[in-house]
Amino acid sequence: MSSEQEQESIRCLVAKVGLDGHDRGAHVIARAFRDAGFEVIYSGLHKAPDEIVQAAVQEDVDVLGISILSGAHDTLVPKIMDGLEEYGAKEDTLVLAGGVIPDEDRDELKEQGVAAVFGPGTSIEETIEFVRENAPER
Amino acid sequence: MNADDAALLEGLLEGEHRALARVISKIENRSPGYRELVSALYAHTGDADVVGITGSPGAGKSTLVDKLAETYRERGETVGVIAIDPSSPFSGGAVLGDRIRMASSVGDMDVFVRSMSARGTLGGLSTATADAVKAMDAFGKDKIIIETVGAGQNEIDIVRTADTVAVLVPPGSGDDIQTLKAGILEIADVFVVNKADRPGADRTVQELQEMIHLGSGGGLGAGGTGHHGADAMGDADDWGDTADEEQRWTTPIVETIATNGDGVETFIEELANHQTYLIDSGTHAQKVRQRYAEEIRTLLREDVHDILEDELAAAGGIDDLAEAVRNGETDPYTIADELLTPVEDCIDELEAGVENT
Repeated sequence: MSSEQEQESIRCLVAKVGLDGHDRGAHVIARAFRDAGFEVIYSGLHKAPDEIVQAAVQEDVDVLGISILSGAHDTLVPKIMDGLEEYGAKEDTLVLAGGVIPDEDRDELKEQGVAAVFGPGTSIEETIEFVRENAPER
Repeated sequence: MNADDAALLEGLLEGEHRALARVISKIENRSPGYRELVSALYAHTGDADVVGITGSPGAGKSTLVDKLAETYRERGETVGVIAIDPSSPFSGGAVLGDRIRMASSVGDMDVFVRSMSARGTLGGLSTATADAVKAMDAFGKDKIIIETVGAGQNEIDIVRTADTVAVLVPPGSGDDIQTLKAGILEIADVFVVNKADRPGADRTVQELQEMIHLGSGGGLGAGGTGHHGADAMGDADDWGDTADEEQRWTTPIVETIATNGDGVETFIEELANHQTYLIDSGTHAQKVRQRYAEEIRTLLREDVHDILEDELAAAGGIDDLAEAVRNGETDPYTIADELLTPVEDCIDELEAGVENT
């Protein structure tokens, strides 16, 4: 590879937060993002909100994808958003939520600063396209 | 340096985590202005101990790094970790999964873990890694641990960046001929037989011991000083004090079980012993000089490379030239000659000009 190649790469943190123990979806997304040429950091299961914040800040990710299947998004996502704000990282991090999230909760999440919610049945191409178009310019 | 970068540098020196994270991103991306930024970092570096951890995939590097960081923290020292994972040769993407195994440091911002993708570099360690180490050093980290990509037998770049290199050798990793080969085993300052509770650990320790004794008896590489390529650097005399015979470093073998922390204290002692040895024997100064020499060379190569890329573009681009070779019209050696001759002439003229004035 030449040193002339495009050096910039979209960095994403794929995060599992809370008690939900299913991460097949997160694995699929991580792999798909990798194949799209992104650099993906996977958090692993059962992370607390401040662990996710720590990882997002230290890794300086452009995109934070939170996968939640447990229904606890109402309590966990705001904690993450507050943490990002504390480190001055909220403004220029594209936060996405995915998993089982009822329609009536979506507006609330968007008010919190979540840019998009991808529910069951979302195609991976759609997600990748969204990231490409909306990843923050820094 | 522009105002934004100056603010970033100030933030980093004041200990803002986000500023450190940002600086490392700029370094990785080769963003405009990153060179000025790194160049300004040098004035604030030199205090951190840099430890490299290498070994085959699955040897337990991440878990050991985690325990290492935890133990340093218990002693009140701050830690920076750079964990490198491979990137895809096809998409350029990467899944950076080492962070998962660094659970002890969670919630403790004084362990700063940064995952980096190898971004296509051979040996898995790029200039960006060395520059990121500078950033963490300037930030004020006491210990910086680099976990290399879990590569194979030839991953030896790490010796150019770390003061002390630990090579993890899992039990049962091949017969005793493996220990005769050159490469990764030669670069070890400390051997770690991790997963020491597994069958075959004793034998692996024994084989490494034999290898080390062979080395010290016959004056061969392993265990000696200056086996990190001092000779390859050319005029070795300039590197100053050469260690006395009795000051030679004999590579210790440590047995660890990273998953439960067994042996980590001993490992840390050996790392500290090596640091002491480096300084007492004068090898540290020599290593640092070598490192800077290598950095200067790398930068020069990058700059010259850029000039050559411009020349190539001016000559109509590499594709046409490659096509000409494919058609049998010319060959790569001729093309290289043709492209470089004007550059050489130019330099000759400049030198002649200087002599005449």
